Parts: sequence; structure tokens; C-alpha cells
Amino acid sequence: MTDDTTRGDVRLSGIGKTYGAFTAVHPLDLTIPEGSFFALLGASGCGKTTTLRMIAGLEEPTSGTVHLGEQDVTALPPYKRPVNTVFQSYALFPHLDIHENVAFGLRRRGIKSVKKQVAEMLDLVQLGDKAKHKPHQLSGGQQQRVAVARALINHPRVLLLDEPLGALDLKLRRQMQLELKRIQTEVGITFVHVTHDQEEAMTMADQVAVMNAGRVEQLGAPADLYENPRTTFVANFLGSSNLIEAEIAASSGDTLALRAGDGKLSLPAARCSAPTGTGEKVLVGIRPEKISLAHADDAGEIPDGRNRLTGRVTAASFIGVSTQYVIDSPVCEGLEVYVQNVERDGRLAPGAEVVLHWNPEHTFGLDAAQAIDAGVEKVETDSGEGAGA
Amino acid sequence: MTTLTEAPPAAPEPTATKARSRRKLTPYWLLLPGILWLLVFFALPMVYQASTSVQTGSLEAGYKVTWHFATYWNAIAEYWPQFLTSILYAGLATLFCLLLGYPLAYLIAFRAGRWRGLVLILVIAPFFTSFLIRTLAWKTILADGGPVVGVLNSLHILDVTSWLGMTEGDRVLATPLAVVCGLTYNFLPFMVLPLYTSLERIDPRLHEAAGDLYAKPATTFRRVTFPLSMPGVVSGTLLTFIPASGDYVNAQLLGSTSEKMIGNVIQSQFLTVLDYPTAAALSFILMAAILLMVTFYIRKSGTEDLV
Repeated sequence: MTDDTTRGDVRLSGIGKTYGAFTAVHPLDLTIPEGSFFALLGASGCGKTTTLRMIAGLEEPTSGTVHLGEQDVTALPPYKRPVNTVFQSYALFPHLDIHENVAFGLRRRGIKSVKKQVAEMLDLVQLGDKAKHKPHQLSGGQQQRVAVARALINHPRVLLLDEPLGALDLKLRRQMQLELKRIQTEVGITFVHVTHDQEEAMTMADQVAVMNAGRVEQLGAPADLYENPRTTFVANFLGSSNLIEAEIAASSGDTLALRAGDGKLSLPAARCSAPTGTGEKVLVGIRPEKISLAHADDAGEIPDGRNRLTGRVTAASFIGVSTQYVIDSPVCEGLEVYVQNVERDGRLAPGAEVVLHWNPEHTFGLDAAQAIDAGVEKVETDSGEGAGA
Repeated sequence: MTTLTEAPPAAPEPTATKARSRRKLTPYWLLLPGILWLLVFFALPMVYQASTSVQTGSLEAGYKVTWHFATYWNAIAEYWPQFLTSILYAGLATLFCLLLGYPLAYLIAFRAGRWRGLVLILVIAPFFTSFLIRTLAWKTILADGGPVVGVLNSLHILDVTSWLGMTEGDRVLATPLAVVCGLTYNFLPFMVLPLYTSLERIDPRLHEAAGDLYAKPATTFRRVTFPLSMPGVVSGTLLTFIPASGDYVNAQLLGSTSEKMIGNVIQSQFLTVLDYPTAAALSFILMAAILLMVTFYIRKSGTEDLV
């Protein structure tokens, strides 16, 4: 609450939730630093919303504790927690006007003169002129901002956002992402944001926890997660990755020499999260945009020291800023390559023989014991075997 | 006629016009049975009753419309206590229905889970027996020296109700309390069902949101749940109060001559005394009184923009 000066981190220790035989959230430890914009990212049903609701007190954890700073709030009902939530459907009170919706929390805490604060808060979310309107008279984006204002006016230690942008169309969503980020920077409150949209998580959050099947797969800054995924789920769910099955042929100092079919690849040992003994199987990962393409005739011009694979273009789609190629290599089928349209090589059409090459520093290594297609978004076909989500 | 750009004009014009005008008439054809029904069974009797209420004469000599409005004033002067009794009993029954029905509807809407359907059926189940039988059953329940009266007596509840003038001595049957009990029982489903419908429509996330915004459960109820259930409260109270205030069966079976409601008076004027003008006038007075109260009530409860 406002008079409480001992602010601090949100600490989840061993917190878990089961519903009968179903485990929604496996006991997890998570520390959300004070003042950060933290995203819980995952597909639907991964336990991210349950985790958020346990912080809010709307769901009682089966095990573990929730701390806000030094205070253990595990046993506190929602109305006693210095935490506020922006609900997915906004949950604005339909019988109250916007002013009263925003003033709701202040009034419940016995604050009499709310007028000035409400007006300031509505200005912050640029809805000063809508105070007398009822929620149903506002557009989705405006309702969303009212929901944010209604929560923020209480100066919570933590603001919880449950897929707050899910109901908005793409353009409005982009706009609101920037808006929320601006508000968070302005008020400096810890934001915990639940989303299934990896782009949203990456644009807004300082820290992202990628969740899958009730567990945190990996935690880190967006760029770190993207560049150094440690599981196939993270590699596939955040952007897309080419994963190639390979075997460690030799290790010399900081570099691992790999054998993938006939090809030889190298990988910095530090970027391999799998066991690095000779003969171990690994999945070699490379992001599509890190790969360069050369026509087979120009193979001699590729500098030494780069990882290279040969293949044949099976599809090329031009999407303006870049062209996306699908390439079948003897080592691995269906490799994706994104090439910026700076100088387009007209020979790179379907059927062309090409050489893929990239800086070994951009390669990452993953444990081959995992499902290679975990976290792959199955949009085009629904015949997948249910990996990931 | 709008021009058809793609299809050739297959049908000659007159036929098309005819088809169109027939289509325009369809809604009226659909309305016709309902309109006829209302005309024959509502509008005509109303006109007939209105004319009866201003007639004078006798059974033997026959009745004539003489615009004798004095019948109204006489009826009010003579029977105003029964009007008040009706409003009091119906009002009390409505209040008790609300007090009993709200928690029940709340429970069904939010807590019943998979039992919801069953409990709803139980609420409606009494309708499978005749109204008369159900009311007669209360005669047995409230019988002198019966267990209910015994319990009420030993808890000294009868002392309180008899001080309030609702019972006499250690009797419940043939007292106002018995009539109110009967009315409450008979009209309870009319309260529960609309309440349930409006409670069930409330998004449970609004409760969570209120809790999240520092409202204790009781405050959540007062500030969110109850205001949002107002449409149900209003329609429930109307559906209870209106028929209860015109009811005569409960007063007849469970009350004594001193618990006569206006329904009983109208019934006896029509069927026993055979004073048709007075009976008709009383009916119109009751109708006007109810309309007046309902209008005032709906204005007051401010639910126009909620419904």
C-alpha cells in the first residue's frame, strides 16, 4: 500500500498448483526484480496464468510461498495484497462509469477525495474526457486503458497483466505495447505480464520466463533468450530455429568440431547446453537470418572458417524486406533461411544448388534427448503430433 | 422496383410486385393469432368489465349503463381496509420471498456447480402439484397443536408475532402470519428464477476484480453483485407482488374472515353477492393501484439502463 515503504522483489519459492491429478504448475522458483517489466511467456495451458493468479491471490497454491519484498503474502486473500490485476477481459464494472471504476480501489481503502487522483490517472492513459461514460460505450483499446488505470491508481507494488492485449486487433496491440511500456517506465512499478505472443514479450519485457507444460524452460533478457536458447522449446517458440542433428567429433579448447552427415560444423563450447564429450549427440541450432546463401558456382568465394552446408532451394517466398528460402540439405531437410533483399541473386530460385554458410559464433548446441519440434507453432497443418503446446 | 443487372427479368412485373407485397404482409399474418387471442380474451373482457363497473340496476330488473361512478367511491370507502391488507400481505410475502430467494438463487448461480440443474428442478418441482393442494397442505403444517406451532411457541416466536398482530395466542392457522406464509411459499419460484437468471449472467471475474481492488467479500456483494442483480430483483419482486396482491386462495384457506384480502372481496361480490358493478369497480381500482405502485417502483429503483 502507499504508506508502506518496504518495497521489493516478488519471490516465488517452490510454488506449484495441482488440480486433482493434473499439475498446472510444477513447483517453481522465480524472483522478479523490483521495478522490472517481467513477462511470463508460453502457449495456452502452460501454467503462466495460474502462476499470475497465485501472485494475485486468486488461486491458492498447492505448495510453496509468495513473498513481496520481506512480506509472506501466501495466506493473504486478494483484497489484502498490495497487488493489482489487469484482467484478460478487463472485467470493468458495467454498472459504474469510468470515473467510479477507476476510483473503486481508492474508495475501498477509505480514501474520500478521489477526484484529483482519478483525473490524473485518466490523463495518464489519455481518457480524461471519458470519465462519465459507461464501459460499454468505450472501444476495446479504451476499456483496456481503463483497466490499467483502475489498477495503477492504487500504486500496487506489482501490477499483474493477464494477456491484456489479447482481445485487441494487431495494429492496436502494437500501439498498446508501446503505451504500456511508456506507462511502466513512467510509474516505475513492477509489471508482470502474461502473454502467448513471443513478439509482445520480447518488445516489452526486460526479463522473460518462457513456460512450457507447467515449468519455466528458460529465464533471461529477450535478446539473451533469442541468441542463447537452452532448450528446443525456447529455440522454436521464440522466433524459429534450424535444428540439425549432429555428433561431437572432437573438442579442441573452446571449440567443438561436429559431424552432421558428410558435413563438418563447429560450435563454441560455451554455447552448447548439452554434454560435450566426444561422440555425444547434439542438436545444432542456427537462426534463419544468420545464414547467408551462395550459389554453388560461387562456393569458392566463401571465406574460410565459416560453417557451411550444401543444399537445394525448394521454395522461395518474397516478403518485401527479405526473402524466405526453404532449403533441403542432405544433412537436414527443410532448413529456413531469411535473406535481406539488399542485393538479390536472381539465380536463387527453387531448384538451385546452394551453399549455406554462417559464422560459427552464431551456432548453439542443444541436448539431443529433447523433441526436436517442441514449441513449433503449428499454424499451417494441424496434423502435428502435439509437441510443444 | 430495383433493377436486376445480372439476371434477366424472368418474372413479369405484376407477379414480382405481388410476391413482394405478400412478403411485406407476412409479419402481420404471424401476429394475427396473438392479436386475436388478446382481443377476445383481454381487450373485450376489459371493455365489458369497464362498462359493468358503471352500470346500475338489479339482477331481476337487469343492469343498464348509467355512468354511475359513485360505485368506485363507495367501493373504496367500504373496502379500503381490504386493499391495505392486500398490499401489506403481498408486500410482506414479497419481502420474505426476496430474503429466502436471494441466497438460494446466489447459491444456485455461483456455488451449486454440477448440482445446479437439480436444484433448479427442485425449485420448480412444486408446480407439478396443484396450487390448491399445496395451499391446503399448509393447513396441516400450521395446524393447531402441530409440531411447527409447538416449536414456534417454545422458541417464543409466537409471542413476538402476536405482539406484532400477526398471530393470536398460540394459533398460527387463521392468522395473518398463515396467509403471508402461504403467499411466500406459493410465489417463491417467481422470485428465485429471475434472480437466478440475472445472477448467473454476472461475469465471475467481476468478483475477482472487486477482490483484487481491496473489496472484502461483503463489500463485493454490496457494490458489485447486488447492483448487477437489480434487474432480477425488480422483475422478481414484480412477479411476486402483482399476483400476490390479487390472490384470494391463500387468505381463504389459511386465513379467517378478518384476513380478507381484496381478492376475496372481489370473488364474493362476483360469485356470492352478485353485485357485478362493485366487483368490476374493485378490479379496476386494484389494477390502477398496482400500475401506479409498479411505475413508481421501477422509476425509483433506477434499473432502466440495467435491464
